[in-house]
Amino acid sequence: MSILTANIKRVYKQFREEIFVLPSRTIVLLFCLALFLLPLIMTEPYYLRILIMASIFAIFAASWDLLSGFTGQVNFGHALFFGVAAYTAALLNANVGLPPWLTIPLGALAAVLAGLIVGVPCLRLRGTYLALATLAFPLILTGVVFAIPNITGGELGVSGIQRLSESRVIEYYIAVTIMVVLGFVMWKISVSKTGILFHAIREDEVTARASGINTTRYKLLAFCLSGFFAGIAGGLYAHFMRQAGPSTLELQLSFQVIIWVIFGGIATIYGPIAGAFILVLLMEFLTVAPGIRMLLFAAMVMLILLFMPEGLTTWVRNKTEKICPRCKLRNIATRKVCRVCRAELD
Amino acid sequence: MVERIIIYGLISGGVYALLAVGFSLIFGVARIINLAHTAFYMLAAYLIFTFANSLGLPLALSVVLSIVAVIIIGIFSYRLLIDPVRGHETTILIVTIALAIIIQEAILRAYGGGFLSVPSIISGYVRIWGTKVLYQQILTFGAVLVILLCVWALLMRTRLGIAIRATAQDREVSNLMGINVARTGMIAMAISVALAAIAGALVAPLQVLGPHMWTHPLVMVLAVVVLGGLGSIKGSLIGAFMLGFSETLVVFLAPSGAYLKTAVALAVMLIVIMIRPQGLFGVSFEEER
Repeated sequence: MSILTANIKRVYKQFREEIFVLPSRTIVLLFCLALFLLPLIMTEPYYLRILIMASIFAIFAASWDLLSGFTGQVNFGHALFFGVAAYTAALLNANVGLPPWLTIPLGALAAVLAGLIVGVPCLRLRGTYLALATLAFPLILTGVVFAIPNITGGELGVSGIQRLSESRVIEYYIAVTIMVVLGFVMWKISVSKTGILFHAIREDEVTARASGINTTRYKLLAFCLSGFFAGIAGGLYAHFMRQAGPSTLELQLSFQVIIWVIFGGIATIYGPIAGAFILVLLMEFLTVAPGIRMLLFAAMVMLILLFMPEGLTTWVRNKTEKICPRCKLRNIATRKVCRVCRAELD
Repeated sequence: MVERIIIYGLISGGVYALLAVGFSLIFGVARIINLAHTAFYMLAAYLIFTFANSLGLPLALSVVLSIVAVIIIGIFSYRLLIDPVRGHETTILIVTIALAIIIQEAILRAYGGGFLSVPSIISGYVRIWGTKVLYQQILTFGAVLVILLCVWALLMRTRLGIAIRATAQDREVSNLMGINVARTGMIAMAISVALAAIAGALVAPLQVLGPHMWTHPLVMVLAVVVLGGLGSIKGSLIGAFMLGFSETLVVFLAPSGAYLKTAVALAVMLIVIMIRPQGLFGVSFEEER
């Protein structure tokens, strides 16, 4: 008994020191808890469906952030990865009969391949040129999809795919768990040495190269990683919707992902996840006014960005936390001295 | 067949050229990628429909009115929405996409999702080498040429044009030389939107109007300016006709060409920038301050 209380105390102490000291971490913890506990109080399939979609799109948005937010390789055609994976998973499942736990990773691998195919020629391009060149790839693939309807199903897409699970609640747990795990992995990548190199490439590629970093390799790595995560989202989407159509390659999806990320806060990983959840839910909530739904959506996004041009989470974080001038550690905004080095906070 | 390819290629190339020159202009002066550019083009076409069909004004007057109205809307959206976030490159993308979606949805609310058509400014046709050419098509192409010449003269021969080009080259130094950079940006936006509106007015009688008619030209314009080199007017012109013709060729010659036309045009663009990463006539910009 005493061991148990000691353990609980230790865990609590760790939580207090590591998580409750910062409002942002507390919010993340509460968000994850809420996601996992939600089905205990509510199993309405319609709401679970919205949250599953939000989770899938959150993975997708975070993967865009990894490539474009961190590495600065702005990709206007991110739907390519999503669509390639969705089609691969769908074709493998419908024609070969592979189960979802195989088709989704295989779809992700196909997306990695797509990342390489896009990444290698685009290495020479920079900034706006890169952004506009990447726009072309999903549109070219859409043209091909329409031109060979007997394989891809043309406008209707590939349908009759196996569900992730027969129960909506289990589907929900699969999607949410994958989202939380992959979100954590992506965040870990972004704060690792690789993540710092990604930052360096975005800030100044020439200097990064002069410091002995093989920027070509890291840029390709960013394309592949981003393709992989986006591919998992695409595979999940195909199995959840039980259909992979040309809408997965649309321009609209590529733009949508940029909206989620920039709305949430670019180059943060948690920002895109927050952005995807808030905006997908907002979009569903706005079905109360079906005629002007998109109009309200666009107007709200625009207004919020005019007030918080760096995105929602960055704005909230800057309001609730401040950085210690000496040790660069984050502190809650109410503190007078840094929680580690005791330097005066301004 | 050949004659039709030439006619349609010239017209679609001309329209892309008008759109792309305007797009390049505002990108050059203010570094704004205005994804709402072709939404203004659509807006102009719909306004002509409103003035001519719903209010019963004469066609020529409604064309002029709609162009003026779109310019005013463009300037207001620049001042109120785009200029405040100009420092944040990616935020501009979202704000302009949101603007385009707002225009699209407003049109969807006002006119419904169906297709509409606008009467020609001059009707009738003439036969050239046995091919039927609508007067409207000749008018469109002629107007494109005249307007492009005017833009060229404006940029190359007037003080305003010099100010615009100077601001595009180096914002800071032009500011030091006494150019009112903010005002130049606004004028460039007005010209850019005006070009989009004119393109819309010229195309309206040749096409059916639908609330999604802005996406395809947007993709093509993005491809054209990349192909020609960002900020280069000459490049935009040549790129526009290259892509206009390759699109038309695919539509007329390849099976299921209507699906593949965008794909082939974009592939042409990709091939060109793989060989020349800065586009045909692009100058590789120095690191921006």
